[in-house]
Amino acid sequence: MTCLDERTFVGRDILSIDSLSREDIIHILDHAKCLKEKTSPDLLRGQIMGSCFFEPSTRTRLSFEAAMGRMGGSSIGFSDETSTSTQKGESLADSVRTVEQYVDVLVLRHPKEGAAQLAADICSKPVINAGDGANQHPTQTLLDLFSIRECQGRLDELNIALVGDLKYGRTVHSLAMASCHFNMRLYFVAPESLEMPKAICDRLREQRVKFSFHRSIEEVMPKADIIYMTRVQKERFSSPVEYQRVKDSFVLTPDSFDRAADHLKVLHPLPRVNEIDKRVDDTDYAYYFQQAENGLHVRKALLGLVLGKLH
Amino acid sequence: MSVIECKELTVAAIRNGTVLDHITAGSALAIVKLLNLHQEGKTLSLGMHLPSEKLGTKDLIKIVDWELTPKEANKVALLAPHTTVTVIRDYETVKKFPVQLPDAIEGLVKCPNPQCISKHEDIPGKFSVQRRRHSVKIRCHYCHIGFTQDDIKLQQGAPL
Repeated sequence: MTCLDERTFVGRDILSIDSLSREDIIHILDHAKCLKEKTSPDLLRGQIMGSCFFEPSTRTRLSFEAAMGRMGGSSIGFSDETSTSTQKGESLADSVRTVEQYVDVLVLRHPKEGAAQLAADICSKPVINAGDGANQHPTQTLLDLFSIRECQGRLDELNIALVGDLKYGRTVHSLAMASCHFNMRLYFVAPESLEMPKAICDRLREQRVKFSFHRSIEEVMPKADIIYMTRVQKERFSSPVEYQRVKDSFVLTPDSFDRAADHLKVLHPLPRVNEIDKRVDDTDYAYYFQQAENGLHVRKALLGLVLGKLH
Repeated sequence: MSVIECKELTVAAIRNGTVLDHITAGSALAIVKLLNLHQEGKTLSLGMHLPSEKLGTKDLIKIVDWELTPKEANKVALLAPHTTVTVIRDYETVKKFPVQLPDAIEGLVKCPNPQCISKHEDIPGKFSVQRRRHSVKIRCHYCHIGFTQDDIKLQQGAPL
C-alpha cells in the first residue's frame, strides 16, 4: 500500500521506526497526548481492524484491540498461527489477500523478518507492523518515546541508558535508531556477548550519535535520565558460567538508585522476570507500567491517523 | 611483458560472441552460473587470476556466438562491478560498454538471512543496491539487512 498523500498519514503503512521522520514522530505523539487526555469514543465508528497475530502477544494485541474499541471501532482476527490456514500450508501472502477484503486496517505480528513489508506490498489497506521477528516493532518505540517525553518533559538531548540484551533486542535497536532524531546521548550497558551490534553502531556513527559501552548499571546511573531495561536471557549465553558471572550486573534493586538523579525514570518493554526487583515498583523511579498504558494511546493515535480520522 | 608471455596468457580470439573482461578475480565461475551459461550449451573460454594493469588480477570470459544484452550485463555488475563487455562480430568489436549496477535487483539472489520472510514464501529476492567506493552492498527489501558481495548467494535458475 503506498501512501495516498505523502504529506499525511492517510493510508500509510507503519512498518519501521526508520521510515518515520522527526516531524512524523512528534505528530503521532502529540495526537497520542490529546487522546490520552480526552478519548474520542466515536472517532473510528464503523471501522474494522484486522488483528493478525501469527505469534502470541499480550500487551501489543490487547492494546491495539482496546485502542480500536475505545474509539468506536471493532476488530477481527487471530492471536496465534495455530488457529489460521497457515496450518494447511497457506502462504502469508494469501492470508493477507483474504483478510484485507474484510478490514480497513491490518495490524500484523509475524515471526519472520520482513513479513510486514511483504504484507504492505500486496495489501491495499494500511498495514501496521506489530513486530516481525527480530526486525522491527515501531509502535513499541513510539510508546517508548511518548513515555520518555511524558516523564522528562522533552525528547531532545537526554541521556538514555539501554541495559541488558542489546544484541537480540529489537526494542533497543529501534529506540537507538530513533534517538538519531533527538540528539540523545546513549549508554550501552551489556555483557560483552550481548553488546549492541556493529551494524547499529555504524549507523549511529553515521548519524553522529554519541554512545559508549559499559559493563554495569552503576557506571551510568549518575548520568542517566532514562534507564531502559531489557532481560538478559540465560539461553543467549553459550557458557552457563558466563551467565552466572554477569547476570546480577544487569538487575535493578532499590539499592541501585543511590546515585541516581531525582528525575530518573526506569522503562521496560515488559514482560519482566527478575531484572527489575519488585520493590522498585513502589519507588518514584518506576515508569514501566505507565509506559505499558501509553501503548493504548499511541496506538489510538496511529489508527486514527492511518484511517484518515486524525490529521 | 614478452611476446612469449603474451601468447601464453592470451585466450584465443573469437569470431562472433561476447568478451567479459576485467572481471573481479575469482568471480568468473560464479558469473557463468549467474548467466546460466553452463546450461545453455555455450562454448566458453575462461581465464582466471590473469595479470591486469587495471585491477592487479582479473578473470576473463569469452562466449562464442552469444551477445550479452545490457540488462544481462547489469546482473554481472553485482558480482564484478568493473567488468567491461565487448561484443564481437566477424572478429571486429561492434559494441563495448562497462556494466552498470542497477539501483534495485529482483529475482537474482535470495536473501542470506534465514529468518527473512522471502526464504519462507514463494517470492523472489528483492534488494536495493548501495554503491561504496570499492564494494557493493545490497539491502534486502523485506528484512532490511545489508549484505556484502561475499554474503551474496546465487539463486538457481533466476530468469533474466
